[in-house]
Parts: sequence; structure tokens; C-alpha cells
Amino acid sequence: MLSTYLPALLMLVVATVFAVGIFTLTSVLGTKHMTPEKAIPYESGSESDGANQIRLSVKFYLTAILFVVFDIEAVFLYPWASIFRQLGWFGLVEMFAFIGSLAITLLYAWKKGALEWEK
Amino acid sequence: MGHLIANAWLRGLVHGALLITVLMTAVAWISWFERKFAARVQSRLGPTMVGPAGLLQPIADAFKMFQKEDIIPRGADSLLFRLAPPLTLFLSLATAAVLPIMPGMLASDLDIGVLYALAFSGLLAFPIWVAGWSSANKYALLGGMRMVAQGISYEIPMVLCALVPVVVTGSLSLSEIVKYQAAHHWLVFWPPGIGVIAFVLFFTTALAESNRIPFDIPEAESELVAGPTTEYTAIRFGLFASAEYAHSVVSCALASALFLGGWDGPVLPPSVWMLLKTAALFVIVTWVRWSLLRLRSDQLMALCWKYLVPVSLALVLGAGAWVYVVG
Repeated sequence: MLSTYLPALLMLVVATVFAVGIFTLTSVLGTKHMTPEKAIPYESGSESDGANQIRLSVKFYLTAILFVVFDIEAVFLYPWASIFRQLGWFGLVEMFAFIGSLAITLLYAWKKGALEWEK
Repeated sequence: MGHLIANAWLRGLVHGALLITVLMTAVAWISWFERKFAARVQSRLGPTMVGPAGLLQPIADAFKMFQKEDIIPRGADSLLFRLAPPLTLFLSLATAAVLPIMPGMLASDLDIGVLYALAFSGLLAFPIWVAGWSSANKYALLGGMRMVAQGISYEIPMVLCALVPVVVTGSLSLSEIVKYQAAHHWLVFWPPGIGVIAFVLFFTTALAESNRIPFDIPEAESELVAGPTTEYTAIRFGLFASAEYAHSVVSCALASALFLGGWDGPVLPPSVWMLLKTAALFVIVTWVRWSLLRLRSDQLMALCWKYLVPVSLALVLGAGAWVYVVG
């Protein structure tokens, strides 16, 4: 069991070594002429008016909630899909009911205007 | 499943090192290819000076990036700012670990390969958001927010479209899915109609996940400078750029394995077929990038939630019904 996941974990090790290697190389080779101006947030040349104190649209959070709803449904669909052939007609009916309720959820969100980016 | 190297530790290390070497080399010359291709589209010549036909340009680029100054802006969260680029690269390379290149050659033959690949591909939005947030720059933050909104929205149709091959083959292992296709039909043709729509939708959402035009509003240069990576310089920026290319290539390879039969094909050796299919899909990605315009944020969200999500739900049902009736 563990042995099938090992290569994936080792990818992490190899990628870390690679990243550390090139960062070391760039700190050796790179230019070092730091001035206070270079550290100012880049706003296309005009003077910065406060770094990142901006209010974000609530739409981003609504999208996140929709994502949580639908992605969890998608996770439920994967075990179903992998044993679908063994389940036979029961699996099919069950899935029509499940995806049907998902479709109603989507329709509800749509009618409530949750899918409109701009109102 | 016979592996070329029996010991799991050794196999992981060898494949890991091999994958990183091959992918990073490929990425370097893919950037050359893309510049040449873009130049042709725009009636220019592209890189010509460094080496024959500009072929050594990627090496020159790498040396240039090593020599540039590494700047961490004022007010930035230093730790997260440094962590984001290698994390992005790791996630796009980690996805590659389950790609079946040829029979018996894949770094890890996970029995949940599809889920693993989609999970890592989906996670990729977050280190880029971390980059945007830790930069202490309002454009970077906005770009990062757009990136997450787009990434998580398009993940849903992507995950649903990848369900179609799983329903048909009854397996979550990528090598099993490819074997099924070699023995029966390529899943782009099977179930007829459903397969090809699922493939096109999967490919479209893969474009969106790797932020390629027409889905690159998070880094729309006319309004957000360079999006989440605005404050990054030198090799840190280079890491983001190569991670993006690597992710594009890996997505193309994933699409070929899921729908286009992976290594299956006549005459030529299996690995060549896999590479050819991946390369063909990548040419399409590049072609789309240099032909289309960028979608607006609201169009992007409407396309995903109002068209792709309902259609992909219907595809899963259709595939289920097809498997039940036809088998």
C-alpha cells in the first residue's frame, strides 16, 4: 500500500532539492543592488496608495461556497463510478436521483442569482 | 503490473529525478516552440539570434534569470512569498507522477490515479493565491482572488468530465483506463457522442485550470500587470512560468491518457504514441492561445456554471445509462 504512494512522496523530495539548488545558485549568481525604491509595491509606475488594503467583492466568497457544495458531490460520485458495473440498475436509479437533486440545487442557485457575476 | 525497477524507493527516486529532468527540459524548449509559433501567427520571426533558429534561446533565458536581482517587496510575508514558487512547481510535477508513459513505466501506479491527478491539479490554484496574497500588492491580491475563483469553478466540470472514463472502465487507475482503451475503444469515441463531448469539455477546463488564453483573466496584463506574480523577479518568476508550462503539458498528457488511448497505437512504440498525442494537444493549446481573445470575468463564470457544469452532469448520467444498457 505504502509502496505505491512512495514515488509521489519522493517527488516532493526531488522537487525540494531542485528548488533549493536553483535558489542557492541564483543567490550566488544574482545581482545585489537593493534600494528602498525597489521594495515599493509595483503599480505600473504611479505612486502606491496603500499596499493591499482593498475590499474584495463578496462574489468571490459566494463562488467558494458553490464550489464546496458541488465539489463534495463530485467526490461522492467517484466511488459510485468505480463500482457502477457491480451495482446494476440500483446504481443507475440511485445516481439519477442524486444527480437530479444536484441539478435542482444548481437551478435554485441560478434562480436566486448566485451564478450572476454582475447584477 | 510489471515495473522496470522492482524496488519502490529506487523506482520513486529514479522516476522522480527522470520526470523532473525530462519535464523541465521539455518545458524549456516548449517555451521556444511557443515563441516561434506566436511569431508565425503574428508574421514575425521569433527568436533567431541564439543558436540555429534561436534553439539555444531557453538556455540564454535561464542564465539571464539566474543573474537577475531577487527582490522581496516591502510589507511582503517573506516566508510565504519564498514558499509559493517551489510549491507551485512541486504541485505541477507531482501530478506527473501518475501519468502512464508506456506499459510498466509510470512513477507510481496508484489505484486512485485519476483522483490523485485531479486533486493535485486542483490544489495548484492555492500556491498561486498565496503568491498574490503574500506580495502586499493590490493587483497581485486581486489576481490571486480571480485565480482561485476560476480554478475552483472550472475544477467541477473537469472532475465531472473525468468521471466519464471512470464510469465506462470501472477503474480509477490511469494505467487500467489506458489498457481498457487499448483492448476496446478509445474513450473519445466511446460512448459515441458522449465521449467526444466529455473530451472537449475536459480539454477546455484544463485550459482554464492552467490559465491559458482565453481563460487568463487572473493575469490580464492590461488591468493587473502580471496578476499574482507581479512582484516576483529573477528565478522565482521563472519557476512560476515553468510551472505553468509544466502544468499545461501534464494536463495534455492526462487528457491523452483519459480519452485518446494513452500509449495505444499501431507500429510506433507506446511511449512515442503517448508523447505524440500529448504534443498534438499542446500544439492546439498554443494555437488557441494565439488565436483567441480573453474572456471577461463574468463571461468566464457564466460559461462555467451555466453551461459546463449542467452539461457535464448530463454527460455523467448519459455515460451511466450507456454502460447499463450497452455494457
